[in-house]
Amino acid sequence: MAKKLESTFTNMVIVLTVVSLIAAYALASVFNVTKEPIEQAALQKKLKAIADVAPAFENDPNADMFKVAAIDPSPGLDSLEVYPAKKGGEIVGYAVKSYTMKGFSGLIEVMIGFEKDGTIKNYSVLKHAETPGLGTKMGTWFNNEAKPNQCINGKNPKTANITVSKDGGDIDAITAATISSRAFLDAINRGYKSLEEGGKYE
Amino acid sequence: MSNFTNFTKGFIKENPVFVLLLGMCPTLGTTTSAINGMGMGLATAFVLIMSNMVISAVKNLIPDKVRIPAFIVIIASFVTIVDLLMAGYLPALHEQLGLFIPLIVVNCIVLGRAESFASKNGVLASIIDGLGMGLGFTFALVLLGGTREILGSGAIFGYKFIGDNDGMLIFILAPGAFIALGYIIAIINNFKKA
Repeated sequence: MAKKLESTFTNMVIVLTVVSLIAAYALASVFNVTKEPIEQAALQKKLKAIADVAPAFENDPNADMFKVAAIDPSPGLDSLEVYPAKKGGEIVGYAVKSYTMKGFSGLIEVMIGFEKDGTIKNYSVLKHAETPGLGTKMGTWFNNEAKPNQCINGKNPKTANITVSKDGGDIDAITAATISSRAFLDAINRGYKSLEEGGKYE
Repeated sequence: MSNFTNFTKGFIKENPVFVLLLGMCPTLGTTTSAINGMGMGLATAFVLIMSNMVISAVKNLIPDKVRIPAFIVIIASFVTIVDLLMAGYLPALHEQLGLFIPLIVVNCIVLGRAESFASKNGVLASIIDGLGMGLGFTFALVLLGGTREILGSGAIFGYKFIGDNDGMLIFILAPGAFIALGYIIAIINNFKKA
C-alpha cells in the first residue's frame, strides 16, 4: 500500500486546491449539460398549468405575459404575472400566478384561471411545502365539482365570499387543515383583486 | 470480512437508522410516506456509493489533517450533481424530493462511512459497503415511511385502503415520526437479542 501523503502545509494547500478545482470543473460541466433540460422542464410545467386553468386560447400566453401590482403584497413580491388567454385576438380570460405567505409552512404559489368576467375557471398549485396528507389536499379539494360547498371553480369572487366557512365565507375548509385552506384562499383573493385593481374584468 | 457480510451488515446488524442512529434529520423529515422514503433512500444510496468509491480511490493522496474538508467537497459535489440531473431529467420526482436532496450533504451516514470505512478500505469493498449501507438506509426509510403512511393516512405507496380522514394524523406530523421510529427501534433491538 502506498504511503499516505504527509500533513505538511504545502501538501494540504495543494490537495485542497486540486480537490476544489476538480469539483468545480465537474459541477460546471453538469450544470451546462442540465441547464437547458431544467429550463425546458420549468417552462413546460408553467405552460401546462396555464393550459389547465385558463379558458381555451389560441395565442402564446407566455409571450403576452404582463404584470399587475399585487394587492397587500409581501416584501419582494409586489407584482403578479398575468397570462392573457386570447381567441381570435380577443381576450377570453386570464391565468394569474398568485401567491400567499400565510401557508402552514410559508409560501404557496397558485396559477389561477379566470374568465373575463372574473369567474374562477380552475387553479393549479405550483409550489408549496404544506403537510403531506393534510394541506397537500388543496390540489384536489377546491376544484372538486361534486362538492359545491368546497369547490371554487365557477364561483365569482365578486358575488361569492371566497373565505372559509369558519370565517363566515362560502367555502368549506380542508378537514384538519384550516390554516392551509385560509392561505390558499388568500392567494386566490390576491389574484382576483390584483387583476380587478388592474381593471381587467369586463 | 467477506464481501457478502460486508454487503448485508447494512440491513440489520449495522443498519444506519435503526442501529447506528445516523442521519436522523432526513429520516424523520422525509418519511411521511413510503414513496418519499424510497426516493430519499435511493438518492442517498447513490451519493454514498459514488463518494465511497472516489474517497477510497484517492485516500492516500489526501493528508490526514485536511481529510474532512476534502471529503465534504467530494460529497457535496455528488449531491449537487444528483440534484441537477434529477431536476433536468426527472422533474416530477425532483418536485417531490427537491427540498431534501441538498440535505444529503449533511447526512452523517455519508461522511460517517467515508471516515470509518472508505478511508481505510479498498475501492471494491468501499463500493459494496456503500451499496449495502445505502440500501439498508433505503430499507429503513421505506419501513418507517410505510408505517407512518399506513397509520397516518391509511394508504401504502399511495394506494388507499381506508376512507378519507380516518387515519391517525399524528403519524403524518413530526411527533409521529419520533413515536414510530422509537417503536421500530425497540422491536428491532428485541429481535436482535433473541
